[in-house]
Amino acid sequence: MTVRPTADFDTAIDAAVSIGRITKKFGDVVAVDNISLDIVDGEFFALLGPSGCGKTTTLRMIAGLEFPTEGSLKIFGEEVGMLPPNKRPVNTVFQNYALFPHMSVIQNVGFGLKMNGVAKSEVADRAAEALEMVRLGGLANRRPSQLSGGQQQRVALARALVNRPKVLLLDEPLGALDLKLRQEMQEELKGLQRELGITFVFVTHDQEEALTMSDRIGIMHEGKLLQVGSPEQIYEKPSNRFVADFIGNTNLLEGTVQDAETVCLANGARISVASDHPAGTAVAVSLRPERAVIGKHESSGNGQTSVNGVIRSVTYLGNAVVYQVELDWMTLEAREENRTSVTRREPGQRVSISWNPQDVAVVAE
Amino acid sequence: MSSPVLPRGSAKLGLTVNAWLIYLFFYAPILLLVVFSFSADKNVGRWGGFTFDWYREFGQNDGVQSALGVSIRVALVSTLVAVVLGTMAALSLERFTFRGKKVFDALLYLPIIIPDVTMAVMMLLFFAQFFDLLDAWFGLSLSKGFGSIVISHIAFSISFVSVVVRARLAGMDDTLEEASMDLYASRWQAFRYVTLPLIFPGVAGGALLALTLSLDDVVITQFVAGPGSTTLPVFVFSLIRRGVTPLINAVSVIMLAISIVLVALSLFADRSKRASAKVSN
Repeated sequence: MTVRPTADFDTAIDAAVSIGRITKKFGDVVAVDNISLDIVDGEFFALLGPSGCGKTTTLRMIAGLEFPTEGSLKIFGEEVGMLPPNKRPVNTVFQNYALFPHMSVIQNVGFGLKMNGVAKSEVADRAAEALEMVRLGGLANRRPSQLSGGQQQRVALARALVNRPKVLLLDEPLGALDLKLRQEMQEELKGLQRELGITFVFVTHDQEEALTMSDRIGIMHEGKLLQVGSPEQIYEKPSNRFVADFIGNTNLLEGTVQDAETVCLANGARISVASDHPAGTAVAVSLRPERAVIGKHESSGNGQTSVNGVIRSVTYLGNAVVYQVELDWMTLEAREENRTSVTRREPGQRVSISWNPQDVAVVAE
Repeated sequence: MSSPVLPRGSAKLGLTVNAWLIYLFFYAPILLLVVFSFSADKNVGRWGGFTFDWYREFGQNDGVQSALGVSIRVALVSTLVAVVLGTMAALSLERFTFRGKKVFDALLYLPIIIPDVTMAVMMLLFFAQFFDLLDAWFGLSLSKGFGSIVISHIAFSISFVSVVVRARLAGMDDTLEEASMDLYASRWQAFRYVTLPLIFPGVAGGALLALTLSLDDVVITQFVAGPGSTTLPVFVFSLIRRGVTPLINAVSVIMLAISIVLVALSLFADRSKRASAKVSN
C-alpha cells in the first residue's frame, strides 16, 4: 500500500484523484481549507469526519457538483476542477440514492449510458448485466418506490457502476440502512471494489465503517485534512488530539513534553514515551481502553508505564467488560475481553493500570 | 391518523340539511340556465316549450361563431406562451440565485392581486402609448385586436402558471437533477428527462388554469379588444346590452360545458400529481 500523505501538485499521473491545495468558500464560510491529497488508482479511500467537516463538499468538488474557490483538481492527470459533472469520468452514489421516481429500475440504471449516446441494445444489455451484478435481476421493471432501502441502494450502485467510471464516489451510502443490512452492504461494497478494481472514494462519519472498509482514511475536521493513512496508522498513531479522540475510544492523559523519551503528566508523574514534539509542548498521552492492562495495586507504581487507581464502575458488554478507574486526577477507561481466564474486578478495588510503551501515542492539539 | 368521528343525532341532521342547502344554492341557477336554454319562448325567463332552436342559432350565428373562434385561438396561443414563460420563471426562481431575485419574485405575483379593472386600464393605456410610439418612430400603424388580446392574456396568465409550477418544483428533490448531471446529462437533458417529467403535473395544471382564465376573461379583453376581434364572453356581454334572447342561455351552457371539461381535466392532472408525489416519497 502506498502512503502518500500530501500531493505533489503537478505530477502524480498514477493518482486517480489528485487534489492540490483546494479551498472552497461559501460566502465567508470556509468549507474546505487548503487540502492536498492524492488518491491512488484502485484504492478504497474513506473521507472521515464529523458532520460539517467539509468531507461531502470535497466529494462534491470531485464530482463537479461544486467548483473549488482555489486550487487544482486532477483525475488521472487531467485538470477537471472547473468541468461540469457530465464531463467527468466519475459517478456518484448519493446519500439518499437520488433514484429517478418516474423511471423503472432498469431505466434508472441505463440512464447514464443513454445520456452518453450508447446504442439502445447495448444500453439494455449492460443495464441488465449491472442489475445482475447487484443481484436485482428480477426487479428490472419495478419503480424505485417499490423497493426496500437496501435494494434502492443497490440500484444506485448499479446505476453508477454501469458507466464504468474511473472513480466511484459514495456519499454516506449506507447511512440510511439498519445495522445488519449495513454490515452486509459493507462486505458487498468491498467485494465489488476488489473485483472491479475501480477507485472508490467514500464519505462517512462512521469511523467503524471507515476502519473496516478502507485501504486508507483521510480524517477531516473543520475543513482541514488532519491525517491520511491506513486504518492501522490512524488508529495506532493518531497525528493529533482530534484524530485520537475521534477514532475509537481513548483516554487522554494531559501533560507536557519533558524530553524525547519522557512526558510529564498533570499529576507530576513522569512516564516513558517517545515523542517528537519539542520540550515544553502541551500534549496528551493517548491510551486505548483495550491496551490498558489492569493489574494488582502496586504500593508505588513504577510511574513510567503504570498508574494506580480505584475501580469506580464495571460495565458488562457481553463480549467485554469496561471498567472506569478513578485516578487521583482523572478517570480512565479500561476494557478487558470477556474470557473465563480473566478475573472480574469489583467496584472499590484498588488496581494499577499499566501499558506497553509502544501502545501509547503522544498527541498535540 | 385516527378515523374520523361520525356525527350523530341532531348534529347529523343539521349537517345534512346544511349540505343540501349549499348544493341547492350552487346548482339551482345552473340547472335553471340549462333548462331555459331549451325554452322556445323569446323571453329569457319564461318557459315556452322545448326547442333546440337556440343551439341551432348558436351554430348559425356568425357573430357567435367568430367570437368562439377568436376565444379559442386567443386561449391556445396565450396559454402556450404563458406556460413556457411561466415555467421558465418558476425554474429560475426555484433553482438559481441571482441579483434582484426577491424583487422579481414579488413583481411576478403582482398580476394576481391587481384588480381586473386596473389591469384592463393599464393594458389599454399601454397599448395606446405603444402604438403611438410605433407610429411616430417607425410609421407603423397598428391597432388593437387579436394581438393585443393575446398579449394581455399572456401577461396575467404567467403569474398563475409560475405559482403552480413553483409549488411542484419546491416539492421536488433537487439532488435528482444533480444525479442526472452526474450521469452525463447536459443541463438541457437533465431538464428534458428528469425535471420536466417530474413537474409535468404542475405544468399541465398551470396550462389548464391559464386556458380557463383566458376563456373566462371579460373585463380585460373588453378594454383591449378591437373591431372584429371579440371573444365569446365579451360577445355575450354585448348581447345582453342589445336585448336578451335565450341564445345567451345556450351560449352560456356551452361555455359552462367547456369549463367543466377543463376543470375535470385539471382534477385528473392533480390526481396523477398526487400519485406521482407518493412515488417520489
